[in-house]
Amino acid sequence: MRFFEYEAREIVKRAGIPVTRYGFARTAPEARRIAEEIGGPTVIKSQVLTGGRMKAGGVQFADTPEEAERHAATILELEINGHMPRGVLVDPRAQVKHEYYAGVVWDGIRKRPVMLFSDMGGIDIEEVAEGHPDHVGRGHFSNLLPLSDYRAKQTIAQVGVTGSPLTRITPILTRLARLFVENDMTLAEINPLGELEDGSFVALDAHMDMENEARPRQKALLAELGVRDEETRQAREPTEFELAGEAVDAMDHRGVAGNVTEFDGNLGLVIGAGGGSLTLFDAVRKYGGRPANYCEIGGNPSVAKACGLAKLVLSKPGVERIAVMMSIVSNTRVDIVARGVIKACLELGMDPAEKIAIFRIPGAWEEEGFKILDRYGVEYADRSVSLHEAARRAVEKIQGTAASDGDAGPEGAAADGQARTGAGPDSFRQTTAEVGSEKEV
Amino acid sequence: MSILISEQTTFIVQGITGREAVNLTRECLDYGKGARVVGGVTPGRLGREVHGVPVFDTVAQAVEDHGEAIDGSVVTVPPAFTKDAVFEAIENGIGLVVIVTERIPRRDVAEMVELATLRGARIIGPNCLGVIVPDEVKMGGIGGPARDAAKAYTPGPVGVISRSGGMTTEMSSTLSAAGLGQSTAVSIGGDAIIGSTYAELMPLFEADDHTRAIVIYTEPGGRMEAELARWVLENDSRLPIVAFMAGRFMDEMPGMSFGHAGTIVEGKEDTATEKIARLAEAGITVAEEISQIPGLIRERLEAGSGSAAGAGSAAGAGS
Repeated sequence: MRFFEYEAREIVKRAGIPVTRYGFARTAPEARRIAEEIGGPTVIKSQVLTGGRMKAGGVQFADTPEEAERHAATILELEINGHMPRGVLVDPRAQVKHEYYAGVVWDGIRKRPVMLFSDMGGIDIEEVAEGHPDHVGRGHFSNLLPLSDYRAKQTIAQVGVTGSPLTRITPILTRLARLFVENDMTLAEINPLGELEDGSFVALDAHMDMENEARPRQKALLAELGVRDEETRQAREPTEFELAGEAVDAMDHRGVAGNVTEFDGNLGLVIGAGGGSLTLFDAVRKYGGRPANYCEIGGNPSVAKACGLAKLVLSKPGVERIAVMMSIVSNTRVDIVARGVIKACLELGMDPAEKIAIFRIPGAWEEEGFKILDRYGVEYADRSVSLHEAARRAVEKIQGTAASDGDAGPEGAAADGQARTGAGPDSFRQTTAEVGSEKEV
Repeated sequence: MSILISEQTTFIVQGITGREAVNLTRECLDYGKGARVVGGVTPGRLGREVHGVPVFDTVAQAVEDHGEAIDGSVVTVPPAFTKDAVFEAIENGIGLVVIVTERIPRRDVAEMVELATLRGARIIGPNCLGVIVPDEVKMGGIGGPARDAAKAYTPGPVGVISRSGGMTTEMSSTLSAAGLGQSTAVSIGGDAIIGSTYAELMPLFEADDHTRAIVIYTEPGGRMEAELARWVLENDSRLPIVAFMAGRFMDEMPGMSFGHAGTIVEGKEDTATEKIARLAEAGITVAEEISQIPGLIRERLEAGSGSAAGAGSAAGAGS
């Protein structure tokens, strides 16, 4: 989960890293008050969970509190990549002598956290790593042994930084590394880390990403920052349809019937499990199908949950039919899913034989499942029909014509099955995960 | 032959009294030649039995009862307690830990892996279904109940490594149906940090005479595929590899997580497109569909052996 800049700066501050005398404002008059307190030129920055703020006009410079108020009013109304700002950050415009980069990420290959440091701050670290590899220092550190300052010192010295900057940045990078571990971050980044005219250092911007799995044990920090449980903080806000999917999954604790993601197509998908869903979604698009959604069933959900998920997908506007498909199941029961999806059709006054384009779930309790499907005339397939073949048949049925050999190619399929991200691939900041691992391993 | 486990392997189940663990224990006891499940651990449940397996409060008690070192442990305790359970297993001399639990924060996994490395132990998972040696033994829920596992897995020359537990079975079943059995199938787990990656298991398969080809299932996210490609190039592996990559659609949706916790595109290097290119550079064949895998394996086996012998033994492998 991602943090807003004003939250990330608060986290940095708590770790004992110097920050500017910034303030967070939800209204333009508040921004003016903060600018008055700062008493000099300021920067007004939109607080959105997306990148490209500068380009979109979400960062403005002000010389007076009045100007700060005017800019804040404009920025607060400015949508960036589909995101409305939560507020603005009012920052003193610092006299910066030099900009550095300090970050910590996980290295999945070395299986350790790694500190990253560069004397070329203010730009994306991935760009620096590509164009100026000798300007990126890296230092892996242990999870079991206490972290000592020399690790940070070595990392900084790698890029040739010495003298006062070396001794002053060392504790900052060490603290950043500690907060990364202690707060279960997947990314902790200060960029730029500014060296001021008087030789002191201050975090001018910060990015933090916390691992979702760790949210339960980071409750105290999240509560103090005012992050509510229902804020997913994913790449985009969940849609109503997706929230309804979460509600289905929360009906009881048996298994999973959720992780619903909304798309624009006409073929509803009731699919599983993790890897099976990924494979099936690709397969539907490969054959020119337009999925209405992504989802995952697994871990043997109850009939009620399978039914709830199928109902949700069947009721989605634009959905003509659903395809119920999974990789071979060993824990989830075929008959339970079959019962769930048939019940969903019946409760919505629909004919299962017509609405279910195909049912392809082989494995545990399949004989019982297939018997039920037979009774309602639903077309089903066992393991002799591959995942791709099942997907092809579903697409063929919904297109109402023989889809010939069906292969529309990934390009053709992509245009139609476009995800409702509301944001292009470049519209939010990508993390710098594992940026250095490649050359080191 | 096999890697990691054999019918001789002794193991315990930590968290054995949980619903899923009770089923898993039954499945392992029933499958193949019957696993040697020598104990289970659930704190406070000393003296109970699960399908005839004695339950202990601590791993130390299980080891003492067994009278000698225990080879492995299947860990099925809730995420908040997993790290402690794995530390307990490793510090009591257990050399192979299969972690079934999902949703464990990376920091905990990294600590477990670091301790395992210090002690010379190996971790499979987390968020995995375990290891199966067809018709012989399985350690974990892989393949499900013995009857279902027997339908999908058959002995033979193909090593299977998969980031998805369910797809391990789907791919093995497809191979079996085509007469290509498996030497060992390993569900390595779907998380961003796991105990054993493709590249870390390759030397084991390389050393196993019965393994003659490898099939892997991969997803976007992480750099494990790049690591494998590099390993193959550097080690001049004798084993042809066929890969299947799911989640290609995710390339258009950076930052969104699907399928498994580790399946998220965070940068260009993580994308399916990039990974496919890396694998291809290392001579790894990437299948478009799972149904193509047996044919591609056969081709590679025949090309590799350069004679009818390769084809003959591959075809005969399923028998």
